[in-house]
Amino acid sequence: MWKLLVKIFRTGLLTEKKSRTVDPTSPSGFERSLAIRHVDAGSCNGCELELAALENPYYALSSEGVKFVAPPRHADLLLVTGPVTKSMEEPLKKTFEAMPNPRRVLAVGDCACDGGVFRNSYAVHNGVAPVILVDHQLPGCPPTPEEIRLAIQQIFRKPRPERK
Amino acid sequence: MDSDGNPKRTPPALCLIPREDGIPRAIIPHDIPERYVKDARTLMSSGGRFLGLWASGEPEPRIMAAFLLREGLFVLGLHLPPSKGSRTFPSLTSFLPAAGRFERTVRDLYGFLPEGLEDVRSWIGQGLWALPPLSLPPGAPVPETLRTDLPEYPFVRVSGPGVHEIPVGPVHAGIIEPGHFRFQVVGEKVLRLEEQLGYTHKGVDGLFRGREIASAARLAARISGDSTVACSIAFAQAVEQALDFTPAAGARFLRALLLERERIANHLGDLGALGNDAGLGFGLSQFGRLKEDLLRRNRKHFGVRYLFDLVAPGGVRANLDDKTVLDLLEEIRFLTSEVTDLQKIYDDHGGLQDRFQNTGVLLPEVAQRLGAGGVVGRASAQAWDLRTDHGGDPYRRFPPALALAHEGDVWARVRIRFLELQESLALSRALLEHLPEHSIAEPLPANSEPSEGLGIVEGFRGEVLAWVRLAPQGVISAAHVQDPSAILWPALEVVVPGNLVADFPLINKSFNLSYSGNDL
Repeated sequence: MWKLLVKIFRTGLLTEKKSRTVDPTSPSGFERSLAIRHVDAGSCNGCELELAALENPYYALSSEGVKFVAPPRHADLLLVTGPVTKSMEEPLKKTFEAMPNPRRVLAVGDCACDGGVFRNSYAVHNGVAPVILVDHQLPGCPPTPEEIRLAIQQIFRKPRPERK
Repeated sequence: MDSDGNPKRTPPALCLIPREDGIPRAIIPHDIPERYVKDARTLMSSGGRFLGLWASGEPEPRIMAAFLLREGLFVLGLHLPPSKGSRTFPSLTSFLPAAGRFERTVRDLYGFLPEGLEDVRSWIGQGLWALPPLSLPPGAPVPETLRTDLPEYPFVRVSGPGVHEIPVGPVHAGIIEPGHFRFQVVGEKVLRLEEQLGYTHKGVDGLFRGREIASAARLAARISGDSTVACSIAFAQAVEQALDFTPAAGARFLRALLLERERIANHLGDLGALGNDAGLGFGLSQFGRLKEDLLRRNRKHFGVRYLFDLVAPGGVRANLDDKTVLDLLEEIRFLTSEVTDLQKIYDDHGGLQDRFQNTGVLLPEVAQRLGAGGVVGRASAQAWDLRTDHGGDPYRRFPPALALAHEGDVWARVRIRFLELQESLALSRALLEHLPEHSIAEPLPANSEPSEGLGIVEGFRGEVLAWVRLAPQGVISAAHVQDPSAILWPALEVVVPGNLVADFPLINKSFNLSYSGNDL
C-alpha cells in the first residue's frame, strides 16, 4: 500500500490549466455541466482512443463538469464518431430519440463529418448529417483531445437551436 | 502427371524464398476444390495455424485461406470456375471450425456458397443487402433489404428454470466500439455468450478496388486505428512483394521502431484500463499519464499522436536526428523504471489479484484448437511471435524474448503485457542505438504485368495479415487486410461462460479485440 501512496505523491497533480475560448457573456444553452452520450457509428477506433484520453490526468475533462454517461436519457450532447454504417443507422437514431430536449449533436472526426476515407462505400452514409441533424462538426483524423475539448466547450454557451 | 492424373505441382516448402523484410510467404494456386481441402488439412496437421479466409471477386473469383507455419506464411488461392447458378466452394469447417465465420462473410459479401457449412446465418452483412454487395461492379448501387423484412438474428438460447437472457449493445455504456452480446444467464453466472458483429462493416474490401497505391495505403491505415502501424506495414509489405521490391535497412528499422511504439502505447493503455475495470482507478491514472507522455512525444517527433500514415509502401515518412534519438532513449529509461514500479504495485495488490486470477480462463488446449495467437494466445501457452520466430532484419539482430504464460486467465494476459512492455522497451533501445544511416523512402518500381503479394507483421494484438493484387501501373485491383481479432472473438465466447456477468468487462478488456478490424 505505501508504494502506491508514494507513487501518488511523487506523481503530483498533472491536470493542465484550461483555456476558455468562448465568450462568457453570450446567451448560454448549458451552463456548468454537460452530460455526453458517445455513439461509435462504425469508426476505426482512432477517435475513441482520443476520446478516452480526455479522461486521463492531463485533460481530466470531468473536472470541468463534463462527463460521459451511459443512459441517453441523462445526456445533453450526442457525440458521434464514424461514417455511420448502414447497420448503425437504427441504433444511432434510437439513441438520439431517447435524449431529452435541449439536446445537441457533435460529429467528431473526418468520417463523422463526411465519410472520410470510407466515403461512398456501399456500407456507409457518408457521415452523421444524412441520418440526424448535426449542430457541430469537428474534422480531423483523429482530432486531438485538445481539439475535442474545445469543440465541447463551444457547446456550453451557444443559443439553443429551434427544434421540435 | 501424378497418379490421380493431375499435373504435378511443386511442394509448398519449395515455393518459399527467404526474405529480408520478414518471414517467407507464398500463394499456392488451386483449381481443384478437393486438393484445396486436402492442402488445408495437410497445413493444419503439419502444425499450421489458420489465420483467416477471404475472397476476391470478378474478374478472377477466388477463395483465399491463410495458414501460418513455422516455415512461413501460406495462402491457398482456390480459383472458382464459372457455373450456371451461384459459385460454390468447399467449406473447411469439418476440420477447421474457425473458418465458419469467414465463410459466412464470403457468402454475405460475394454470394459464393460454402458447401458443407452448417451455420448459414448471415454474419457481417446482417441480412442488410438484397444482393451480395461485392458481387456487383464497383460503384453500382446495392439494393437493400427493407428494414421491416429484417429477421431477428437467431441466437442459440438456453432454457430451464431461472435461466434468463441479457442483451448488450450495439451501443455500449462507455467509449467503446459497437457490437452485440447475448448472454444466457442463471443468477450471476453466465451459461452462454454469443456475439453478433458486423455493426462497423464499412465495405473496406470494396473500397480497395481501383485505388492508387498511396490512397489505398491511407485506407489500410484505418482498418483498426489502434493497430495503424501494423496494418500499414503489412499492407506495405504486400505491395512491395508484388513489385519485387525490398525496402532499405533504414526504413525497416524505423518501421520496427514505430511498431514497438504502437505496442507500448496500447499495452500501457490496456494495463491501465484493466486495473480500472478491477476497481483500481490508480492504475488508469498512472498508465494514462505514461501513455499520454508517449503520445505527446510521438506528436513532437513524428507529427502525429497515433502514428497514422507514417509507414507507406516504399519506406517510411519519418526521420530521426541525433537530438530526437537522445530524447527517445531518455524516454525509454524513464518508462522502464516507471513500468517496473507499477508492476510491483499490481503484483502486490490483493484486490487486483483476486479479480484477475482464475477469471476468464482460456485453457492451452482450447487456445490451440481455436488457433489463438498474439497476447491472448501467448497467455495460454501458444508460443508464436513473428518477431522471435521468423524475424527478418532487424529482429534477427535484436530478437526480443518470447513472453509466455500457461494459466490463460486475466492475470496471465496482464503479465504477458508487462513482459512485452519491457521487451519492447529493450528492443526500441537497441534499434535506436544501431539506427543505420540509409535512405528511408524510395520510389516504388512500376509494374507492367498484374502481380500479387502478401504481408504479415506481429501487431500489438497478434498477427496482422495483408494481401494485395496489383493491376498494371500501380492500381490495386483487390486487397484484404486481416486483423487477428476475427480469430480471437470466438475465443472470448468460449472463455466467458462459467464466470460472473460482472466479470465480463474485465475479461473483454483483457482480450481488447477490435470490432472495426473484424467487421472491415
